[in-house]
Amino acid sequence: MEEMKDIVLKYVINEYLEDEDEVLTYDTPLISGGIVDSFSMVSLKRFLENKYKISIPDDKATPEAFDSVTKIVKLVNEFLN
Amino acid sequence: MSNIGSYDERIKNFNWKIAEEELGYKDGDVLNIGWHCTDRICEMGKAQKTALIWEGHSGEEKRYTFDDIRKATNTIGHYLRNLGIKNEDRVCLFMDKVPELYLGFLGILKIGAIAQPLFSAFGDESLFVRLENAQTKAIITQRKHVGKVRKLLERIPFLEHIIIVDHDGIKPLKEKEKAFDLEKAEKIDKFEIYPTKAESPSVLHYTSGTTGLPKGVKHVHYSIISQYLTAKWVLDIQDNDVYWCTADPGWVTGTSYGIIGAWSNGATQCVLDAGFSAENWYKFIQKNKVTMWYSAPTAIRSLMKAGEETVKQYDLSSLRHLASVGEPLNAEAVIWSKRVYGLEFFDTYWQTETGSMMICNYPGMKVKPGSMGKPFPGITGAVLDEKTFEPITEPNKPGLIGFKPGWPSMMRTYWNNEETYKKKFANGWYLPGDKSTIDADGYYWFVGRDDDVINTAGHLVSPFEVESALLEHPAVAESAVVSKPDEVNMEVVKAFVTLKPGYEAGEDLELEIMNFIRKKLSPLAMPQEIEYLEKLPKTRSGKIMRRMLRAQEWGQDIGDTSTLDDE
Repeated sequence: MEEMKDIVLKYVINEYLEDEDEVLTYDTPLISGGIVDSFSMVSLKRFLENKYKISIPDDKATPEAFDSVTKIVKLVNEFLN
Repeated sequence: MSNIGSYDERIKNFNWKIAEEELGYKDGDVLNIGWHCTDRICEMGKAQKTALIWEGHSGEEKRYTFDDIRKATNTIGHYLRNLGIKNEDRVCLFMDKVPELYLGFLGILKIGAIAQPLFSAFGDESLFVRLENAQTKAIITQRKHVGKVRKLLERIPFLEHIIIVDHDGIKPLKEKEKAFDLEKAEKIDKFEIYPTKAESPSVLHYTSGTTGLPKGVKHVHYSIISQYLTAKWVLDIQDNDVYWCTADPGWVTGTSYGIIGAWSNGATQCVLDAGFSAENWYKFIQKNKVTMWYSAPTAIRSLMKAGEETVKQYDLSSLRHLASVGEPLNAEAVIWSKRVYGLEFFDTYWQTETGSMMICNYPGMKVKPGSMGKPFPGITGAVLDEKTFEPITEPNKPGLIGFKPGWPSMMRTYWNNEETYKKKFANGWYLPGDKSTIDADGYYWFVGRDDDVINTAGHLVSPFEVESALLEHPAVAESAVVSKPDEVNMEVVKAFVTLKPGYEAGEDLELEIMNFIRKKLSPLAMPQEIEYLEKLPKTRSGKIMRRMLRAQEWGQDIGDTSTLDDE
């Protein structure tokens, strides 16, 4: 569980964070906080699907479900196994 | 009573002088958008009226009266002038929706310089081509975006100043960088505004075409005549309204109606600088008691997706008028909004080049869900035959939309590209590049684009630009980019690629290429899907047949394939 959190956090920092001074936590708002926009969410979803060999239906990939690393991990876990 | 009253009566008696008189402008006078949106409103006795309610993504709020924005725009103008910025110099605004973006825009106009707003999510290559084309002298940005400017420094020697509005005072500033803190700067009360005239350049917005680099659409201060009156009659902005335009001023709606239309009418407007979520948007409407809401079909469809139960959790009873722009508003969205909010979204049609609304639905005029409405009074519109460019008189027959040139906010040229500008006209009509029909009642119905430009969430993406950027990825040998249908965004970008020897098609490579384009161009331009092909369909002369790929995505007939090189 913890490992997935760190993987996702690292990916978000490397791929989407523009302000190098901004500190990102597991609960930092990503979508409503303007770090990941709705178009970029598609690539984040694709990353999760590739990495965890899952398929997240579009109706589950909502801005709310992607709004923090914690929420993303919860979502991914719904589709694992 | 709506501001427009009767659309039919307005059509009969229309003259742009109505707006000129209301704005106190006479032919030959000084005309400055910055002054008209701030000082003039204060002189009308509204200095203490709230002009801007701003909320950031963590809930922080700032409020400004018209007197505050008058002084703030003076202060920014004063600062820029002291840096040596002169009239007609281009000053780029590259920021999120922070107050400095809105106030900086008018501050630039007050000194007669040209505002060049750019979407802050643009990647470094998108930023570069636009700065280079405009030979921009200064850029106003935030700490979070300055990295993209720094990457370009060697390629943009003409850029003299990089102004950072939120510098923390800790990290050292680099070459050409200056820190400017609007809140700490000495407020300038008396300021000599540059005496711009009607035809003085004001704004340079960039838009994409099928081929070539993005084009800088040049507008002039006289555009305020159209923007003021359309905001008043179509958006029906009234004195006690709380207005919310959800558009980003990196795009034309955000300046024409998120700044000029709103404040020239003395409206209180609010801005939410946060990413989209249905809950946050409804909370914002409830908290600020928004009455007039101007949004976009993509947002409306996303709200539909969030469902009616979400709507019921909020008090949205303050809303009295809704309008939409960006891409065609589907009938289902209009019907849904009527059922759920008790109000229909009124669709409006226009584009960067027109500067203001052209075909609209009006308060008091029957809305036909799915229709763009009728031309604004003073606008002569038609649907034209695609070969002769003569108006089609037969109802419901599709053709090219055409407008008779001459409305106040029409673009004056494409920056350094007069040749392309001239191609936008035929037989005395301006051609926006869209197709439509007109029904027997005079309502326009959108049919589609007349070119390969992709309209995603109301923003135009050039397939050429994406194809060129794809070729810079080490794995890509050839590329073709088309639109594919999307339930929320209307269209999204899809890329077809062939790979260079040694590279293997796969999901990880697809994601890598997607992110490559997102960072280089923008998230809008990022292909949402990449399909690997052994070879791209081409004509015998070697031209990629984008048309075939597009037809495949849209489930259409692929048409004539006689020129296809099928060897």
